[in-house]
Amino acid sequence: MIALLDAPFEPAEALKRFEADAVGAGAIVSFSGHVRPQAASGPVTSLYLQAHSPLTERGIEAAADTARERWPLTSLAILHRTGKMAPGEAIVFVATASAHRRAAFEAADYLMDYLKTEAVFWKKETGPRGEAWIEPRGEDYADRRRWG
Amino acid sequence: MAAFLYFGRLMDVAGGHREARTLPASVRDTMSLRAWLDEVHAAPGVFSDPAVRFAINDEIVADAGELADTDEIAVMPPVGGG
Repeated sequence: MIALLDAPFEPAEALKRFEADAVGAGAIVSFSGHVRPQAASGPVTSLYLQAHSPLTERGIEAAADTARERWPLTSLAILHRTGKMAPGEAIVFVATASAHRRAAFEAADYLMDYLKTEAVFWKKETGPRGEAWIEPRGEDYADRRRWG
Repeated sequence: MAAFLYFGRLMDVAGGHREARTLPASVRDTMSLRAWLDEVHAAPGVFSDPAVRFAINDEIVADAGELADTDEIAVMPPVGGG
């Protein structure tokens, strides 16, 4: 399941649904990313995520296809928020299922590196000092390059 | 008229998310578009920055992708979610 969501969601419930879909898999890996209350520039009161449909969805679908070709996955889920979020809220949920753990770990890691650096989103942090658009860090691009 | 969609920090540069503009006859590819956008938005170097990419009618194009005055042109700074 791949979806962009414009309202809060619970990663724990998403995982429960994924486990039901992935029944029979020997390994299930999940990751959830959350809005940090603190950035390098100071406290964060909200985070805004902008997407551009259908480019955003199409890009995520293509990354999911690459993951399915590269690893023997039996199920895969990607949920990604758009709109305004408060600190602590989930931004992203990625889950992968496979017969064995290595494929599930690596595919989830690969998908997160895609989402951080290539997925068609723009992020704006708001805090007491005002608003700032955030672009990927050097480490994010270095992580992405690990996959060739 | 071409429909422009600006994203991320480029919305602040352009003064909004969406605008319609008539492309001059001299602007028919993304390279000439970059120089023209720098000029119309009085933002030297901002749109000429190769980190800024364009999607024409929902397809990401490399320089110097062709343009028509009827296109929807998405103007996109570096992307990243998660």
